Amino acid sequence: MLTTVIEKLKLHFSNSILDVREFRGETTICVNKADIVKVCTFLRDDESCSFNYCSDVCGADAYAPENRFEVIYNLYSLSYKHRIRLKIFVDESDLHCPSVISVWPGANWPERETYDMFGIIFDGHNDLRRMYMPEEFEYFPLRKDFPMMGVPDSIPLPRK
Amino acid sequence: MNIDQAMDIRQQKILAALENKNTSVYFDDALDNEMILNMGPQHPATHGVLRLLIKLDGETVAACVPELGYLHRGYEKLAENVSYHEFIPHTDRLDYLSPLMNNTAYVLAVEKLVGIEAPKRVQYIRTIISEMARISSHLLGIGALAMDVGALTVFTWTFREREKMYDIFELLTGARFTTSFTRVGGLAHDMTPEVITAIKEFIAQFPEKLNECITMLNTNRIFVERMDGVGVITQDQAIAMGMSGPNIRAVGIEHDLRRTQPYLVYNELDFNIPVLNDGDCLARYYVRLNEVKESVKIVIQCLDKMPAGPVHANEPKKVLPRKEQIYTRMEELIHDFMLINFGVNPPVGEVYHAVEASKGELGFYIQSRGEGHPWRLKIRSPSFMNLQSTSLLVEGGMISDIVAVLGSLDPVMGEADK
Amino acid sequence: MGLEHALGDTALTTTIDSAINWCRKNSLWPMPLGISCCGIEMMAFAMPRFDVARFGAEVFRFSPRQADLLIVAGTTTYKMATVVRKIYDQMPDPKWVIAMGACTSSGGMYRTYSVVQGIDQFLPVDVYVAGCPPRPDNLLHALIMIQEKIQRGESRSTPMTVTAERQEQQLLQIQGINNN
Ligand code: SF4
Repeated sequence: MLTTVIEKLKLHFSNSILDVREFRGETTICVNKADIVKVCTFLRDDESCSFNYCSDVCGADAYAPENRFEVIYNLYSLSYKHRIRLKIFVDESDLHCPSVISVWPGANWPERETYDMFGIIFDGHNDLRRMYMPEEFEYFPLRKDFPMMGVPDSIPLPRK
Repeated sequence: MNIDQAMDIRQQKILAALENKNTSVYFDDALDNEMILNMGPQHPATHGVLRLLIKLDGETVAACVPELGYLHRGYEKLAENVSYHEFIPHTDRLDYLSPLMNNTAYVLAVEKLVGIEAPKRVQYIRTIISEMARISSHLLGIGALAMDVGALTVFTWTFREREKMYDIFELLTGARFTTSFTRVGGLAHDMTPEVITAIKEFIAQFPEKLNECITMLNTNRIFVERMDGVGVITQDQAIAMGMSGPNIRAVGIEHDLRRTQPYLVYNELDFNIPVLNDGDCLARYYVRLNEVKESVKIVIQCLDKMPAGPVHANEPKKVLPRKEQIYTRMEELIHDFMLINFGVNPPVGEVYHAVEASKGELGFYIQSRGEGHPWRLKIRSPSFMNLQSTSLLVEGGMISDIVAVLGSLDPVMGEADK
Repeated sequence: MGLEHALGDTALTTTIDSAINWCRKNSLWPMPLGISCCGIEMMAFAMPRFDVARFGAEVFRFSPRQADLLIVAGTTTYKMATVVRKIYDQMPDPKWVIAMGACTSSGGMYRTYSVVQGIDQFLPVDVYVAGCPPRPDNLLHALIMIQEKIQRGESRSTPMTVTAERQEQQLLQIQGINNN
């Protein structure tokens, strides 16, 4: 089932697919950042893919000089019951990437969370506020260079 | 920045978000006007520390913005700094209503990453404890929902049953609900015969007690009418918003990972997946209720079928050895030392493993770089995704229905805020 | 109470005080601030099995205005801290605070950027309860300790006028400890 999906993707988006990885029976497809919305729309609408359920969107920090951040989409198909994972790379110099909430509205909060934790800006998102941390917080906690105990006095405590 | 300025900024941003919604407001009389109401984070009906900002048009909810993060404890950062085993206690506190289920879900993900499979007995025990956890979680969910809409007695009754389960968990794991029972490739220890007897006793008397609650609620017109037709969501919306668990099964979609992507021993068991079509609060309540009954069936089958055998996979380099062996044998001592000091060290790669937890699809996405701790661990928490539809469910309804809707969504903030 | 001002330090006021304290300690109205996992054990503490009603503290009020015992049960994050403080400020005097669980007492297992390492950084705490989560019995014990504290008249919010006899008593106690 998944092989047809991958073949179809390769056929339609030969230029945007950067890499296909297999590990423990799971497929990860690395996609060009600019084409993610197109690929996602295709995966959702195509008859034999039908990835209509977006399980999760999350970020990761590779802490590398190039392509430091990754945005990962875990997709699921309710009709075919298969999973696939897409991945795009976001460089530190340009933290923008397209938002997929037009494809799956449910990606709204996960994208906000990714913004909150990594500072990746999703273009086209209608409500890109911080998800967990207070609004005035200036840092992005899940970046590898953020200390686990945080920055002292970055969030004020009430007076005693 | 001082505290007052900080509060100002928070307030402004939230108000700006409320203003953004396209809402039409009309005035019929002087009392009928727009107002912004803050609900939570300390509110008995928000099940923890959820905060809702509600724009009211008279009694009708015109807009609703949920605000999370009051319980953001930084699990994902913690996970990157502790070893795979050290993270197990943290999974207890994710969804603290069904900790055993979270333990299982997490170790299953790690086992997939490491590439080991636990012995059959372990899988049966894990299934039993998952289903027990599901029962206890749904019991609290039902009880709290009933309490929210005004039936306090049922809550004390379901809590009585939960106390019995706590006793069993205590017998099994040593703690009432911070259990940390599973290990990578096995369990902390075997399920003793006393525990099995205790579970059997509990299961034998449970359906009758459950029936008490059911009669109390299902025949109660106030309860039923309070929930009927309230907070309706359609199939397409539910899929698009990424709902899962009983909430998506209440709109007629048979999405249950126990059936669609079987893990543990679920494909060897005979059980039904309750599905209803209404998509309102009452349907969500009925789905939970029926799931409890199915879980009872599963536990009984597992107890019958459970084989004897070891409770640790035979992978000395990945699975913590037994305590007795560490003290008496050289090789186990070395393995224990290596595992504790350097960790499990799975190969480089990434996995996503999801289980059907009591609230919905609970997934762990782990990136490994071959070290003793995860490079990145993402928790796909069902409550977070379910809460996302709150505004859809309450907008256009009455303000008093918010309580029923939240209760029927059954979110746990520990998991939603991570 | 105001009585002290009218009557001064006499045997009568101390007797009245002790009577009032006795009433107060047996009718505590807790404000349950169930933030996370400890909140579940706090529910268990109120439910029939552990039955806090035996200690006269079963009237859980969800409004701080009607409560005099704040039970902070659960991890307090920086974002939540302002809320907790606001709730505390709204409670009428005299009031007491129980920090339930490792998280509220010291940050517990969460040494992270978002968790306050102990609510005593912004709240006065009367009793700390150890455990993760503390068993309901443990919380009951904390309640009893608060009751003892009230009976001794050691409410911090309304400091007791220390009478001469009391001072003497305390001195004797301290000497006794030193001698032992
Ligand atoms: S002390 Fe333990 S049980 Fe209590 S809130 Fe903290 S983590 Fe949860």
